[in-house]
Formats: sequence, C-alpha cells, structure tokens
Amino acid sequence: MARRRLKKVLPGIVMWLVRIFFAVVLAFPFYWMLITTFKRNTDLNNLKNNPFLFNESPTLDHLKLLFNETLFPRWVANTMFAGLIVVIITLLLAVPAAYALARLTGQWGAQLGIGIFLTYLVPPTLLFIPLSKVISFLGLQDSLWSIIIVYPTFTIPFSTWLLMGFFKSIPRDLEDAAMVDGLTQWGAFVKLVIPMSVSGILTVVIFAFTLVTQEFVYALTFISSAAHQTVGVGVPTFLVRGDVYYWGSLMAACLITSLPIGFLYNLFLDRFIEGFTVGAVK
Amino acid sequence: MIRRQRWLGPAMFMPAVIYILALVGVPFVMAFLYSVSDAKVGSVSYHFVGLQNFVSILHNPAFLRALQDSFVFTITSQVLVLIGANILALSLKEAFPGRRFFRFLILLPWVAPVSIGSLGWKWILDSLYSVISWVLVRFHLVNQYDTPMWLGEPKLAMMSVILVHTWHMLPFATVILLAGLTAIPKDIPEAAAVDGAGFFRTTFQITIPMMLPIINVAVLFGAIFTFTDMTVIYILTRGGPYDTTQVIPTEAFFTGILGSDLAEGAAISIFLVPLLIIAAYIALRSAHRAEVT
Repeated sequence: MARRRLKKVLPGIVMWLVRIFFAVVLAFPFYWMLITTFKRNTDLNNLKNNPFLFNESPTLDHLKLLFNETLFPRWVANTMFAGLIVVIITLLLAVPAAYALARLTGQWGAQLGIGIFLTYLVPPTLLFIPLSKVISFLGLQDSLWSIIIVYPTFTIPFSTWLLMGFFKSIPRDLEDAAMVDGLTQWGAFVKLVIPMSVSGILTVVIFAFTLVTQEFVYALTFISSAAHQTVGVGVPTFLVRGDVYYWGSLMAACLITSLPIGFLYNLFLDRFIEGFTVGAVK
Repeated sequence: MIRRQRWLGPAMFMPAVIYILALVGVPFVMAFLYSVSDAKVGSVSYHFVGLQNFVSILHNPAFLRALQDSFVFTITSQVLVLIGANILALSLKEAFPGRRFFRFLILLPWVAPVSIGSLGWKWILDSLYSVISWVLVRFHLVNQYDTPMWLGEPKLAMMSVILVHTWHMLPFATVILLAGLTAIPKDIPEAAAVDGAGFFRTTFQITIPMMLPIINVAVLFGAIFTFTDMTVIYILTRGGPYDTTQVIPTEAFFTGILGSDLAEGAAISIFLVPLLIIAAYIALRSAHRAEVT
C-alpha cells in the first residue's frame, strides 16, 4: 500500500526537485547581483564574512556612485535612442516586405522570405571586419549612428519572418471584399491589414528593441569612446577603472539593465521561438 | 472587379532586400575578398595575395588551437544544453502552481543581455572573492589559501566559459523543446501508459523519438549561436590565460579589429562559413518540408 502511494507521489516530488534545482542555478547570478548591489565595500572585501548575508547594514552608495559619477545614465539614454531609431527603420522596411512576401508574390515570395530569414544566421563575427571598413567609409566610426545603421541587418530579417507568418493568418477574403468595395491593394494594406496586425507589429517592436539591447560585438567593434557606448558594452568594458573592479556598482548596473529587458523579452518569447520552429512543429 | 498591381509587391519588399544586400550581402563578399588580400586598417590599397593568409594561419599553432577549441566549446556546451533542456522541459510541461514565476527565473539567462549576465559570472568566479570558492572552503573541499583560479588556470578557464555559455543557451533550447512537447498529441503517451509502459519507457521510446525534429532545430540554432559567439569569452577571459580559451570569433576579433590586420582576421572568420552553409541547408530542407505538408 505504502509503496504504491510512494510510486504515485514520487514523480511529483522529483519534478519539483528538478524545477527548484534549475531555477536556483539559472537565476543565481541575478540574485547575486541583487545582494552585491546593496552591500558595503568593507563587507564585500572581508573574506571572513559569510557572502550570503549582510554582515554590515545595507547601503545605497553603489547606486549613488553609478548614477552620479559614471556614464551609466548616458549609456542607458544611448541605448534607448538607438533602440528607438532601429525600431522605426525596422518597421518601415519589414512590415511592407512581410506583407508583400506573404500575399503578393506567391510561391516565389515564400522562397525569398526564407532567404531573408537565413541572413539572420550570418553572424556579426563574420561581418564585423568588412563592416568596420564600410562604417569608416561612411564616416560613422565611433558614432552611435554606426550601430543604428547596422542593427537593422538582423532586426529586419527576423521581423519580416515573424510578420510573414502573422499576415498569412489573416483571411484573404477580407482584403478581397475591401477591394471589391473600391480600395486598392495598397489601400487595403494600410486601412485594413495594418490595424488588424497591431499585436504582431507590437511583437516586432519589442523584439527589435530587445535585440538592440542584447547586441555586443558590433558596438564593441565600431564605438571606441566611452561616451558613445551602449549599456551592453559600456558596463562590462568602461565601468572598470584601471584594474579596479567596483563590484557593487557593476552589479547594480547589471541588475538594473537585465531585469526590465528580461521582463519585456519574456512576455513575447514564445512568438520569438515560433520563428525558429516553423516546419518542425505542426 | 479586383485589380492587382503587379509592381506593388516588388515595390514593397525591395527596400528591405536592398538594405540586407547592402549591409549583409556586400560585407559577406568583402570578407572573402579581404581574406585573399593584404588589407590593413587605414590603408586603401588592395592587393590580391592568393591563399597566402590561409597558409599563414594554418601554420599558426595559436589558430589551430582556437579552431580545435571552437569545436570543444560548441560540442561540449551543446551536449550539456541538450541534456539539461530535455530534463527541464519535461519538468515544466504540465501546469503547476507558480509556473509563470519559475518560467521567468529559468528564462533570465537567455533574455538578459549576455554581456551583462557574463559580467555577473565574472564576479561569481572572481579569483579572490568567488562565492563558489567560499562554499568549497566552508565544506573543506579546497584549501583556504589555495582557492581555484576559475578564470586564471587554463583547464578551469575553459570549463568556466563552457559552463557559462551553457547557462546562457539552456533556456533557449528549453523553450524550443517545450513548444515541441506541447505539440505532441496527449493521447499517445497516455495510451502507452494504459498499455503498461512506465515513465522512462514512455519518455525514451515515445516522447523523445516524436521530439526529434524539434530537437534538431534546438541543436541547429544552438550550435550556430555558440560557434559564432565571442561575448562570453571576451568578458570572462579575453581568450586568456595564455590564449587557452581562444575560439575562432575571438581570434578574428583580436587579429582583425584590435590587431588591425583585416586580411588575416577575415581569413580566420571565413572558417565560420562551412558550419553556416550546413545550417542553411538543414533549415531550408525543414522549411521546404513545412511548405509541402
């Protein structure tokens, strides 16, 4: 009797142990950022202290230092600005392209759509050397505009691919009816399809923006002065003074950057994953 | 009467196509042209030098080591990701209280910027204040005055960058596998259970074989993102100690960008291309299958 009951509850217990184990391991660095942010330096630097506890009272000094005496606010502003412009460029180019490839060009459009998606897989670490020449040719070296020009090369392919799937799910009859009523195809696209696609377009806005905040290689390559950097490169490369790591402020910056981005991305992650799994999940 | 304008389609997709061609297609070709030239940062001249750069890097032990370590880095972390993601996805499949919260915690390593997450690990793996070392000392597993140099000793450094990259990629693979798990019709494993198959038998003989196409997707993209990544290594070790954690992307960066030798850097990065071609072929084939069915 007892054995049978054990057999029944055991899988449940194992499942919970697995979940807790992974959650602890995966989220640990973020917990560690949190606890480091509020610890005094004397507490952090005393090897005799238990690092899991506050051995001295918590402090806001690291946050004050970060916001008042470093370029961190500047990097946040740079990132937001670059993100905004990249989102606009992405929408202007990807929304019409996705619609055309989903509707207007038949089988040929589907092939081209896959082709565009495949360019998403060409990595920055292959393109950064020739692109650094292109950027200096354009006179954009060490400028935020260098990454604003380059980032759409990965936001457009992914967004076009996502939106193509989205537009295909809108029934064609609706547009045909509108066109019978006298709208042109373009008119139907602007007045009917775009208003119906707000949630798809919103997804693309979030993605283009989060992909901008995640990028590291291009910003590191094209931008050399600290004042023009983004958060993702500025914090790990310019917040270190000489050889001294100000771990309290560094971890504060990490925490403040990763939580909002992580939260936003998390909301739309399933859509993002759908982009990869087309063809493997029916 | 519906009038379709034939020019409208091309007019709508050409701007995107031109943008991509100009800033992905052209640089892609340029990478090949540079790899057979003597281009340097700051010089405008272009001289064709044939395969000289490739001969030179293939005689360079540092490059050969980076090439080998790229495979070690990619294969080891992908095997770990695959094992972890399968277990984790199975544990998250059914609804349970707090599922959304757990999901958020588990996804953090993927959704937070990777450079920022890696910096968190740099502090956790610090040579003096590492919390992991502190725990090991506390349990008397290592000597207090001789704690492990997680990022300063070649073998440990390689292990550290592999594990941090695994940590970063695990959520991505997990979510892909979850999408596959939820797509399996529920009645098949249930029927197997009624026929007397236990948990392990159902898992290994029914669920995992049905999951194979989606596992392929997770491995395909995971391998590309790992093989071409330099962020984790750049932040944690900068390729050190003594170049023992260099991979192809970091070699290309240090040679081509920091070392100003565009030609040799480009030649190094060309070694990323074969994997991309294989991946593109597999992706095209699976997309084609989706079109047909």
